[in-house]
Amino acid sequence: MSLHGIRFILIQNRAGKTRLAKWYMQFDDDEKQKLIEEVHAVVTVRDAKHTNFVEFRNFKIIYRRYAGLYFCICVDVNDNNLAYLEAIHNFVEVLNEYFHNVCELDLVFNFYKVYTVVDEMFLAGEIRETSQTKVLKQLLMLQSLE
Amino acid sequence: MPAVSKGDGMRGLAVFISDIRNCKSKEAEIKRINKELANIRSKFKGDKALDGYSKKKYVCKLLFIFLLGHDIDFGHMEAVNLLSSNKYTEKQIGYLFISVLVNSNSELIRLINNAIKNDLASRNPTFMCLALHCIANVGSREMGEAFAADIPRILVAGDSMDSVKQSAALCLLRLYKASPDLVPMGEWTARVVHLLNDQHMGVVTAAVSLITCLCKKNPDDFKTCISLAVSRLSRIVSSASTDLQDYTYYFVPAPWLSVKLLRLLQCYPPPEDAAVKGRLVECLETVLNKAQEPPKSKKVQHSNAKNAILFETISLIIHYDSEPNLLVRACNQLGQFLQHRETNLRYLALESMCTLASSEFSHEAVKTHIDTVINALKTERDVSVRQRAADLLYAMCDRSNAKQIVSEMLRYLETADYAIREEIVLKVAILAEKYAVDYSWYVDTILNLIRIAGDYVSEEVWYRVLQIVTNRDDVQGYAAKTVFEALQAPACHENMVKVGGYILGEFGNLIAGDPRSSPPVQFSLLHSKFHLCSVATRALLLSTYIKFINLFPETKATIQGVLRAGSQLRNADVELQQRAVEYLTLSSVASTDVLATVLEEMPPFPERESSILAKLKRKKGPGAASALDDGRRDPSSNDINGGVEPTPSTVSTPSPSADLLGLRAAPPPAAPPASAGAGNLLVDVFDGPAAQPSLGPTPEEAFLSELEPPAPESPMALLADPAPAADPGPEDIGPPIPEADELLNKFVCKNNGVLFENQLLQIGVKSEFRQNLGRMYLFYGNKTSVQFQNFSPTVVHPGDLQTHILSGLGQPPTKRVAAQVDGGAQVQQVLNIECLRDFLTPPLLSVRFRYGGAPQALTLKLPVTINKFFQPTEMAAQDFFQRWKQLSLPQQEAQKIFKANHPMDAEVTKAKLLGFGSALLDNVDPNPENFVGAGIIQTKALQVGCLLRLEPNAQAQMYRLTLRTSKESVSRHLCELLAQQF
Repeated sequence: MSLHGIRFILIQNRAGKTRLAKWYMQFDDDEKQKLIEEVHAVVTVRDAKHTNFVEFRNFKIIYRRYAGLYFCICVDVNDNNLAYLEAIHNFVEVLNEYFHNVCELDLVFNFYKVYTVVDEMFLAGEIRETSQTKVLKQLLMLQSLE
Repeated sequence: MPAVSKGDGMRGLAVFISDIRNCKSKEAEIKRINKELANIRSKFKGDKALDGYSKKKYVCKLLFIFLLGHDIDFGHMEAVNLLSSNKYTEKQIGYLFISVLVNSNSELIRLINNAIKNDLASRNPTFMCLALHCIANVGSREMGEAFAADIPRILVAGDSMDSVKQSAALCLLRLYKASPDLVPMGEWTARVVHLLNDQHMGVVTAAVSLITCLCKKNPDDFKTCISLAVSRLSRIVSSASTDLQDYTYYFVPAPWLSVKLLRLLQCYPPPEDAAVKGRLVECLETVLNKAQEPPKSKKVQHSNAKNAILFETISLIIHYDSEPNLLVRACNQLGQFLQHRETNLRYLALESMCTLASSEFSHEAVKTHIDTVINALKTERDVSVRQRAADLLYAMCDRSNAKQIVSEMLRYLETADYAIREEIVLKVAILAEKYAVDYSWYVDTILNLIRIAGDYVSEEVWYRVLQIVTNRDDVQGYAAKTVFEALQAPACHENMVKVGGYILGEFGNLIAGDPRSSPPVQFSLLHSKFHLCSVATRALLLSTYIKFINLFPETKATIQGVLRAGSQLRNADVELQQRAVEYLTLSSVASTDVLATVLEEMPPFPERESSILAKLKRKKGPGAASALDDGRRDPSSNDINGGVEPTPSTVSTPSPSADLLGLRAAPPPAAPPASAGAGNLLVDVFDGPAAQPSLGPTPEEAFLSELEPPAPESPMALLADPAPAADPGPEDIGPPIPEADELLNKFVCKNNGVLFENQLLQIGVKSEFRQNLGRMYLFYGNKTSVQFQNFSPTVVHPGDLQTHILSGLGQPPTKRVAAQVDGGAQVQQVLNIECLRDFLTPPLLSVRFRYGGAPQALTLKLPVTINKFFQPTEMAAQDFFQRWKQLSLPQQEAQKIFKANHPMDAEVTKAKLLGFGSALLDNVDPNPENFVGAGIIQTKALQVGCLLRLEPNAQAQMYRLTLRTSKESVSRHLCELLAQQF
């Protein structure tokens, strides 16, 4: 049983450009860069017939690909794979609703809003809120604020 | 719903981002960024005060630049200013900038405490959440110091909004993880547990995570969460797919919350309350039943969410390991998944079944799926799935299916990915040994391993086959015949040559009667491989040759010819040259009798635990090899296959090649008239100037190198006469001084300090230990103003101790401790120590000198205790308990209950346990007051896994200490050593 939950969340495109990096553990900048490159290397070589899980150092990456973007969550080896796999999908559905058919560019131009979405759904490496209705309601309320 | 337009609100930011995206080269990008940085800098420095909007925009641009990977060295103050804005969008950018950049600038934290305090007190839920998220994202100790006291209050306040409670719960969790001491729960505990009853499912979702984390440290305080969690779970599981509305995900009610609740329950044993337990079992059955129902949706999201709960349910069932009915049902369910079209499910089923295989209730049920698993090993496209299949085969292996599983693994090895070959090799080697009914099968299997994957067969594996063949005379003839045949292959792996060379050197005589494998044929077969082999292998073959001269006098002339050849006698490699020279001389000058004695067949290897198993454990972490340690399932196996019976009369030489000629075992011809077990012999061998040059890697070098086991080429002091014993025989040594034991006890948990002191002399010790080796520096200080004369410190191994531990004076003779120590001076002595087997009493240190004409003598115990060779092992709670259970024979456990001799301080205890050498495992013992540790005692001959548990009872001022190891004497000895320390 882990005490740590999610170690980091990464969204990367196929070329390896990071679209979101959210760290729930202390890493120094060099280490972050290394992790980003390693994750890209292990995830992009896998195809649709492979599982959505891959062992990574002492952890595992649960990932799902949407168009050209890889959504990756790094957790402990004994964490629940499918729960995190669907947490990714839940998150993507919220982004899709919030940005009206989300595409990679939305994440680029609105990077500061993506952080808000993440914080609504994941906090301190744990799943915070899972109801799409509740998250979207909150996001729209924030959107309406000045 | 208003769509979010691109970069809405901050046009300048959108333009800048577009510009960057349009840059054609890295240089262009840098140029554009520098231009922007200059612009922002001038704005921030300008006379005109910036409005909030501009500040927000520029800070956001800086953040973007930082995220592109550039350093940002200004703008922090502007970001901090944004925190005091009362506009949400400005505040949000300020907080974001700080959360993202804080790693690079921890100075920032101090600047923002005030703003956070204000927001927390603002009663504006949006602002409170921003502040809480910032604390949770940064999570530093400084944050904890500033806010840990406020957050529980916010969490349980009646008027806090739900969203604030959610954030507060997880914020607290983060602070608790970072610095548990700053989060005193006490008064809040009950109210936090009751959050499990909260109406808002989001609050419950956040709170379960917090409680799971807290209860690991204080399980008793949070015990009430069990019944609350069970009733919450029961309500979710039994609800219809639409009851929970917002929290229903693809027709599955609250999947994430269910998973979290099931994980919380895994922190505890099964509920004691029968009603609670009944309700929980009902839940678990419901989940298993639902798995059989037709899906409510074809979407993968539906089945994933449902199966997330199912797998967590199975984890809980395995955790309890007490409901045979549920375990078998779980196994059947996983069996269905093994053939599912979703790769994810097949993977997870294999993984989960692996843990089921180690439960006695479900082991048989798991075994029924063997064919499917073998098929997975052959056909899965994803290597990680194949690896899980191999793990499962290993876990389900027992005597009934070992031959099938081993042969399938061997077949798989031919095509296996390089990354997992070594692991498969180890597994096959272990299974073959563990479940061998006849040893010819074992020998065949290992030779097949070498044939198929020779590069991945580590020393441990081929050493092991040699040990087993040496110890079992019923297989020696077969082994000789088989290696002889294997060596016929035109291209055989070098490891095959090593095994072949060793076995023929020992047992070639058993097949020499057959003209097809007559001695000359054997020799020329081996020698045909000689020139293509590495130095190590050639060295081994030279030893085989000299053994041949003894076994088959008819080969003497040929072999002497080979040894005499210029390519050997003048070999550039000193090791080969030395062997050639020494062997040639030995074969020419020694009488047949001497030859026969020196080159006698190797004595049996005294060893119990397989070194391969230890290697697999190292590779995979403890627990990985559990199926193999598991005597419970197959108790009879220990008798036949549990390694080699110890033979107390022989010296341990686990590495068969380290001592090919059995020199250490045989009483050396030049030994002084048997003085109580030739106690000093080995000290002499290491120490004697005559022996020194031929020692090759001295213990000293070995220590500095990677601490590998002695390489096969490790030479012997074969022809060197041991130096005349300079040390006093044990009979000259006085008994240890009365305080010796007490002094020794001081060093059980530490390596450095003053070992002894009186008016004349002070002896200091500094030592370091790694694996089974150690080095000790002894400092002798003359406290007087008069010179000590004839100063001679020596190390003695009383009785047969030298067969257990070697402490040699490792320094070159020239740097010996001077015979005179001037007044006020200090001299230093270095000892190299090697632990061969476990031992109970330490070597003795005898110091003699003349002070003002009067002889002084002093005998101390050298501070070397078995725990010095402890290697800490980290493991998870699950693994720990599994291993603990496995060591449940009464003689494997030693326990002591004793009064505390020192104040009972947890930190001091911790430090002592760490000093003792074991790893301290957190979150294993349900009682946080207790200490749990694990480690492996490394000796050359064997490794002894040790688990320990120390339970302080502050009220009674007592401790209970329990040790479990695989060896009775070690358990008792460690228990005694450690009990003295508290």
